[in-house]
Amino acid sequence: MAKHVDKADPVAAPELRFGGVWQYEPAPETTDHCAIAARYQLYIGGQWTKPRSGEYLATIDPATERPLSEVALAGDRDVDAAVKAAQKAFPAWRARSGEDRARYLFRIARILLERAREFAVLETLDNGKPIKETRDVDVPLAAQHFFYHAGWADKLDLLFPGQRPQPLGVIGQVIPWNFPLLMAAWKIAPALAAGNTVVLKPAETSPLTALRLCEVFEQAGLPPGVANVVTGDGRTGAALVRHPGLAKVAFTGSTEVGKEIQRAVAGRGVELTLELGGKAAHLVFEDAALDQAVEGVVRGIFFNQGHVCCAGSRLLVQESVHDLFVDKLRRRMGRIRVGPPLDKNTDMGAIHSQAQLARIRELVAAGVDEGARLHQTACDLPAKGFWFPPSMFTGVSMSHRIAREEIFGPVLSVLTFRTPEEAVEKANNTSYGLSAGIWTDKGARVLWLAARMQAGVVWNNTFNRFDAASPFGGYKESGFGREGGRQGLRAYVRLAGGLSPG
Amino acid sequence: MAASLSPVEFRVPPVDAVALETRAADLATRSIKKRAKVQGLCLAVSMMDLTTLEGMDSPGKVRQLCGKARRPLPTRPDVPPCAAVCVYPDLVPIAVEALRGSPVQVASVATGFPAGRTDRQTKLREVELAVAAGATEIDMVIDRGAFLAGRYGLVYDEICAVKEACGAAHLKVILETGELRTYDNMRRACRIALLAGADFLKTSTGKVTPASTLPTVLLLLEAVRDHFLETGRMVGVKAAGGIRTSKDALRYLVLVAETCGDLWLSPRWFRFGASSLLNDVLLQLEKERTGRYQRPADFSAD
Repeated sequence: MAKHVDKADPVAAPELRFGGVWQYEPAPETTDHCAIAARYQLYIGGQWTKPRSGEYLATIDPATERPLSEVALAGDRDVDAAVKAAQKAFPAWRARSGEDRARYLFRIARILLERAREFAVLETLDNGKPIKETRDVDVPLAAQHFFYHAGWADKLDLLFPGQRPQPLGVIGQVIPWNFPLLMAAWKIAPALAAGNTVVLKPAETSPLTALRLCEVFEQAGLPPGVANVVTGDGRTGAALVRHPGLAKVAFTGSTEVGKEIQRAVAGRGVELTLELGGKAAHLVFEDAALDQAVEGVVRGIFFNQGHVCCAGSRLLVQESVHDLFVDKLRRRMGRIRVGPPLDKNTDMGAIHSQAQLARIRELVAAGVDEGARLHQTACDLPAKGFWFPPSMFTGVSMSHRIAREEIFGPVLSVLTFRTPEEAVEKANNTSYGLSAGIWTDKGARVLWLAARMQAGVVWNNTFNRFDAASPFGGYKESGFGREGGRQGLRAYVRLAGGLSPG
Repeated sequence: MAASLSPVEFRVPPVDAVALETRAADLATRSIKKRAKVQGLCLAVSMMDLTTLEGMDSPGKVRQLCGKARRPLPTRPDVPPCAAVCVYPDLVPIAVEALRGSPVQVASVATGFPAGRTDRQTKLREVELAVAAGATEIDMVIDRGAFLAGRYGLVYDEICAVKEACGAAHLKVILETGELRTYDNMRRACRIALLAGADFLKTSTGKVTPASTLPTVLLLLEAVRDHFLETGRMVGVKAAGGIRTSKDALRYLVLVAETCGDLWLSPRWFRFGASSLLNDVLLQLEKERTGRYQRPADFSAD
């Protein structure tokens, strides 16, 4: 452009400025339509049941540390009662026609949508994630899972032709705190569609939406015992997975606990699916649509405060565009609005718990110690509650802890590569294998890479997109089994095979 | 006239349609209420190029529009005047006369608006005459035929020539994104116009559908942002065509605020090209003041 020397306007250094001319007013979502009881009991056999121990656990709003409610701590005998209730309900539930089961699931989905705002607010309060996400992602997707699986309930014979799919029995399901309602829907919807009954144990720190889902079950007239919810802590979960009445255990959570569960069910003839941790890589090639790749990387690591097992926590960027890309990313990170989760304009909310915040801080300190360069956005974080700013490390090497361990927070580690082979090698050099993102404009390269990525989900020019029809699950220490889609339903049926009577 | 650039100069990064549209849709969910809404709407009024571009335009209509642009809401002095009145070249003298002594600029479309299907000499002469008649801003159209045929040098040369013919008048380059169709094309057209010295990139003539859309304007904003960071030169963006409601206007302002930031949040660097938008903004401003919606008939029709 030598011929055209641009006449510079009187702006000193070309840098952008934000927030000085026009500020948004606070836009808090109202909470008055979302009453929270002082105390919640266990949902067993369609009854709200007091725990035998008489013990309760407090659950708090992580954005303010204000107590929201307390929930029952289920012990061994409570868990036993829940499994027995599910066993009792099983013969009648499996005997119903698929069409009949579908009716209940459709009803649940519709009620969920009717009460969407209430669920979104409750999830935001109990979890700390922004209302924008609960409103636009968690709740609609949860409803979609019920709709989707309702559609399959009367078509299982078509899904597994000639294999006479049968339900397994009582399923024990243990879910994490990062997507409390959505995970409950992922677990419960396919199980019920296939004719199983369930006992669900929500996370200790985010139990409220699963309990409210029980109100939806009541409203939908779901027969007692088909779905049971037992709240509690790690002991409750351990009691559930050890219960001899289960036909299958489905777990989503940390790799550490997943391994314990695998040991606990070993040799018992209990089916198991595990969806565990991750350390996913984004591969950004120089020919990619960089501005949109920046959006995808931001969505990949800062969505849900980075509390996502498939979060794109490692960015592998082609060396030739590293500086440009990091510059773009740094500017874009400055635009992330961190603040009160109930504000409709908040992009990133509170870290879910004190313990998780401590874990993030520890790993970030380790990154600094190991010599990586930390970039954090300057944002005013509230005094109360658990908060961490959007963070990025550059100059990370493959041996750093921040490149190997799952941080489960809003922290991105940036590494580089020079050739596609090197990109694949680095992306796969991890004990996890849940997801990966490929950013390039070249179709052939996408296919070449996707075939080589050891990851259950490979996103191309997008990230963190979920759909009930799309199977989700991992390789290696990210677990096994799939959730969603036809593959997800496979984990909830026994196939007789052949034509002989089973 | 400037010599042509090598085609290499017109290379641009690819644009991913899905992700661009996702980002635009995400920003469209921003909730703008109360003081922020009033401030945003007043800003929108000050950024408006009040436009009439019809075959049936008359001096009377233009005078009326000019009156509206000077004082959009006579009962409320806090509502600023519009940025400009935009007319066909033959009505420039009328607008100049009607706007004398006001801060409102006179913009004229030129270069064979809206199709641009005329020869270079006629285009340049039209620009010169409009400027001579007092237009301080020229809205030109690019040669989409040449662009879609891959003759980028020709498009570039023409913008350079028009820029020269403009003299001191500001040049807004209309890309007519609805005819360029793909975001990759739009991004390339932005690059050509930026290199050729455009003062503003403008989406559309308003005569082609789709006209202005959120993802398109986001793309233009990204182009001027990157150009600024690269060269230090600021270029404005004008969203024109199809913007009718206050809610739309606020959504565009959110794009500006979160993509280019404070520097662009002024009528000097961002404009709306619209005709029916103003009355809806006034309706909303009065609603914020009184708590009630007025009848549409309470605002002067133009």
